[in-house]
Amino acid sequence: MNEHEKVDKTRRNLVVVTSVVGGVAGVGAVVPFAVSMWPSERARAAGAPVEIDASRIPPGELAVIEWRGKPVWVLRRTKEMIASLKTVEPRLSDPQSKASDQPKYAQNEYRSATPELLVLVGVCTHLGCSPQEKPADAKGEMGGDWVGGFYCPCHGSKFDFAGRVFKGSPAPLNLVVPPYTVVSDTKVVIGEDEKTKGA
Amino acid sequence: MAVGLWKWIDTRMPTLGAEWRKHAAEYYAPKNFNFWYFFGSLALLVLGIQILSGIFLTMNYKPDANLAFGSVEYIMRDVPGGWIIRYIHSTGASAFFIVVYLHMFRALLYGSHKEPRELVWIFGVLIYLTLMGEAFFGYLLPWGQMSYWGAQVIVNLFGTIPFIGPDLALWIRGDYVVSDATLNRFFALHVIALPLVLLGLVVAHLLALHDVGSNNPDGIDAKKLKSPDGHYLDAIPFHPYYTVKDIMGSVVFLGIFCFVMFFVPEMGGYFLENNNFIPADPLKTPPHIAPVWYFTPFYSILRAVPPLFHSQFPGVLAMGIAVVILFFLPWLDRSPVRSIRYRGSLYKTWLALFVIVFLILGYLGTEPTTVWGQFGFDAFFLDTKDIATWVARLCSIVYFLFFFLMPWYTVRDAVKPVPERVLYH
Repeated sequence: MNEHEKVDKTRRNLVVVTSVVGGVAGVGAVVPFAVSMWPSERARAAGAPVEIDASRIPPGELAVIEWRGKPVWVLRRTKEMIASLKTVEPRLSDPQSKASDQPKYAQNEYRSATPELLVLVGVCTHLGCSPQEKPADAKGEMGGDWVGGFYCPCHGSKFDFAGRVFKGSPAPLNLVVPPYTVVSDTKVVIGEDEKTKGA
Repeated sequence: MAVGLWKWIDTRMPTLGAEWRKHAAEYYAPKNFNFWYFFGSLALLVLGIQILSGIFLTMNYKPDANLAFGSVEYIMRDVPGGWIIRYIHSTGASAFFIVVYLHMFRALLYGSHKEPRELVWIFGVLIYLTLMGEAFFGYLLPWGQMSYWGAQVIVNLFGTIPFIGPDLALWIRGDYVVSDATLNRFFALHVIALPLVLLGLVVAHLLALHDVGSNNPDGIDAKKLKSPDGHYLDAIPFHPYYTVKDIMGSVVFLGIFCFVMFFVPEMGGYFLENNNFIPADPLKTPPHIAPVWYFTPFYSILRAVPPLFHSQFPGVLAMGIAVVILFFLPWLDRSPVRSIRYRGSLYKTWLALFVIVFLILGYLGTEPTTVWGQFGFDAFFLDTKDIATWVARLCSIVYFLFFFLMPWYTVRDAVKPVPERVLYH
């Protein structure tokens, strides 16, 4: 091998270093394109958590608030409503909410973080209609064993006051509990909890 | 005059003539091509049809959640010739998959995926994947109920991937639900990004093919033998022999294409689904969601896998593997011969089974799982009593066994000796 054919190590190293640095810059150039595909600020604002003053909801009343284009219910349950949850259990498809969709803190007998306040996405898990509240005194319409809950007018799914679906309903699962945080007596934030805060 | 002009061009840009000779006039192809060899050129024809009709659709289409559905109706009713352009495009989408499926089946018949054409096959599978993406993105654009909920379901498939899934789905949608942002980006991908990828892959597919030469129904090297005067005994120039053959094929194909386009453009709800004539409604899911027919075999596999550990991901994974396994076909197939003509009964049986289960899965994917009723008895292992689900499970297993057992049965198969020269059958 003569002098001309020898690889100049310094130059070769420079080529490698330049290629690596250039490659890093090239990969970096992908970033603006990739991040542009995240939800825009406008979409984020529209999908942002919403607040509701729960102290203004009297016992037994249902407030409806919109979050991410869906109706979200906030119900302050009375003692009778809470007591009814126990009695209907044998008639439910998924009483322990094992298959249903809810945050960890709402996978309990009340399906809520605090027993009184129930927060649900008011969209039937069957075909997406919005069920209606039917109090316990709607026995004439709902049948003699009705202790109160929700009823979907589209295909007749019935739910109790924890959004748990009754057996024989077309809906496969209990109503969805969205992520939410009870900040204080007056403030409930829907769409945000410990888990989603980071995102 | 024409000769003079050609001379003038050729002296300034000899590449043109050289490439023409390399890829057409002096590209020697086996002389025993049969019916199955129409579908490559037909796929190219359909690609051209889709690009042309697509360009004219974009002139009137509006990628906006409030305007999209109306703009498609506007194309159908008010734009002169609009209805025909849209039906060309929608018929072309289904035609593309028919042609590509037959083209791929040809490879399975004659071993076109085998050495030395592995790269041709891999580029082909990449084309198929891109085509699936193209079809999926395009299907959202009319913004009908099936567009919307189909996209919802498919994006949610990505959401089932452990750890990164929910964020990935959010990133794909660009919003918390399928929305205007999703429609807008799907439009960009459908009309710019994927067509460019598709064209590049088609070029790579053809270049790789022309470097190693075409396979043929006998699966033997057609360029091995030459006559004393130096001509190939079993190969003829692509142009004019196969250009003429392919033009003939194109005419027949276009005849069928036009019949569908003019008389049955919806194909009874298979090419254009009935629910898609209803505008997208994020608050109301249609009672029965089914993808377009060309995705249904894979959709069936997805539905057949029961959820494990409270996750749909195993089904998604099975569906993904069902497609990705195609890449490995050249190495799974260890038969010493290429063509089915010289393979034994094992491969023939497995291939026949594969075709049957693929068709059954395809049919079941268009129907609800209750289509064949329920078993009349109960047993501890019956997580569902829907007969169709169990049939789909059985078919899915056969689908995977066709691939997973291939290294075994292609070796064990009793092959016949291959001929020295190509045959006509």
